Amino acid sequence: MIKDLLHSAPSLLNFGVYFGLAVLLLLAVLGFVTYGILSERKIMGFMQLRIGPNQIGGKWGLLQTVADVLKLLIKEDTIPKKADRPLYILAPVIAFAPAFMVLATLPFTDAFQFADIGVGLLYYVAISGISTIGIVTAGWASNNKYSLIGGMRAAAQMISYEIPLVMSLVGIVLLTGSLNLNDIVAAQEKVWFIFLQPIAFIVFMIASVAELNRIPFDLPEAESELVAGYHVEYSGFRWAFFMLSEYVYMFAMATLTTVLFLGGWNSIPFLDFIPGAIWFGLKFSAVFYILVWIRVTFPRIRADQLMEFGWKVLLPVALANIFLTAIIKEIVSLF
Amino acid sequence: MGQLHLYQNNYLIVFVFLCLGILLPVVALFLGKLLRPYKPTDMKYTTYESGIDPFSDSRVQFNVRYYLFGLMFVIFDVETVFLYPWAVAYDELGLFALIEMLFFVIILLLGLIYAWKKKVLKWN
Repeated sequence: MIKDLLHSAPSLLNFGVYFGLAVLLLLAVLGFVTYGILSERKIMGFMQLRIGPNQIGGKWGLLQTVADVLKLLIKEDTIPKKADRPLYILAPVIAFAPAFMVLATLPFTDAFQFADIGVGLLYYVAISGISTIGIVTAGWASNNKYSLIGGMRAAAQMISYEIPLVMSLVGIVLLTGSLNLNDIVAAQEKVWFIFLQPIAFIVFMIASVAELNRIPFDLPEAESELVAGYHVEYSGFRWAFFMLSEYVYMFAMATLTTVLFLGGWNSIPFLDFIPGAIWFGLKFSAVFYILVWIRVTFPRIRADQLMEFGWKVLLPVALANIFLTAIIKEIVSLF
Repeated sequence: MGQLHLYQNNYLIVFVFLCLGILLPVVALFLGKLLRPYKPTDMKYTTYESGIDPFSDSRVQFNVRYYLFGLMFVIFDVETVFLYPWAVAYDELGLFALIEMLFFVIILLLGLIYAWKKKVLKWN
């Protein structure tokens, strides 16, 4: 039925159906964010020998995040007098909209995907870059010294790590010959790209943590020095949208890592009787867990170490990986 | 005709996601407006500066380093724009394209090394 719809001429009916389905995805993502935050707090608690949330919603704190969201919803909304009002209101929207937009092209299983466009990978990279503007806008519009420093740091960090992130993926494109995410998954039916592109995987993981502004790269919102960086002045639901976009990005990034390096919904040999959706869920959870693990393990690095690491280590390594891949490809094609 | 419709529909989905991404904050903030209290006092609307009264404007001259990194970003981001089509079409282009791209990247790497030697990449 969906197939017929995709082949019919675009009309308002199509728009309505896609809209309804996209709302379902949005609800699923919001559910993920709710329980993703809870599981992150629980895992961090266990790793630090604490209990974590255990009051609201039984002994596992199952309603903790729901309560947090409700609290944010009924908080008074203050916009500082000195702030640039239109930009201040616009900034959370600019930060959140691309976070949701990148989900449009991500394939979850062979049957469950929204837009199957030819340039899926490029689309993800291009759209996710827009979020930086939202963060800089927030820092600038708040007219607060901490916010401005946080916003500038965020811009410098996100543009510096975007380059290694994007370049590490060129190796995959070389091996696949396509930017379509479905083609990339199909190319991994036998061997996952994590084994063919180990250097790219390491560069990608480091750069993606930096793009997500998570510890050890959380300088833009370093609580102990900038009191929260670009969102100091934000309260209530406006603040919630910055947090939400961060976690939606985490969802998107874990999905992208699964699709690009861990073979998406492909099973490991001899276990292909287990459906693809379960494989995808397992791999996705593993990536999510590793992201939390990194957060608990590493201390925050200094601003100078951050920038020098990005430009002097990650960028040359990512470039070398591209040509290494191309040269190996040439040598293999000789035989 | 079917292919064209498929293509249009896929981009229609992208547009739906854009609408929804903008709509959610708008709707949520509007709902919040109905629920949240509004009791303004002067002190609530001052800029936060660790408890002391804020002094001077925060939009002062900023470290030029951010600007230099911005320039470097533009150069290398444009480079990746060239790398992507090259990688997609690599199978048809072959060894010749590899050598061409190698020259292109080496020229840009010279720029990176120059910046490195000029201590542009040093953060202090």
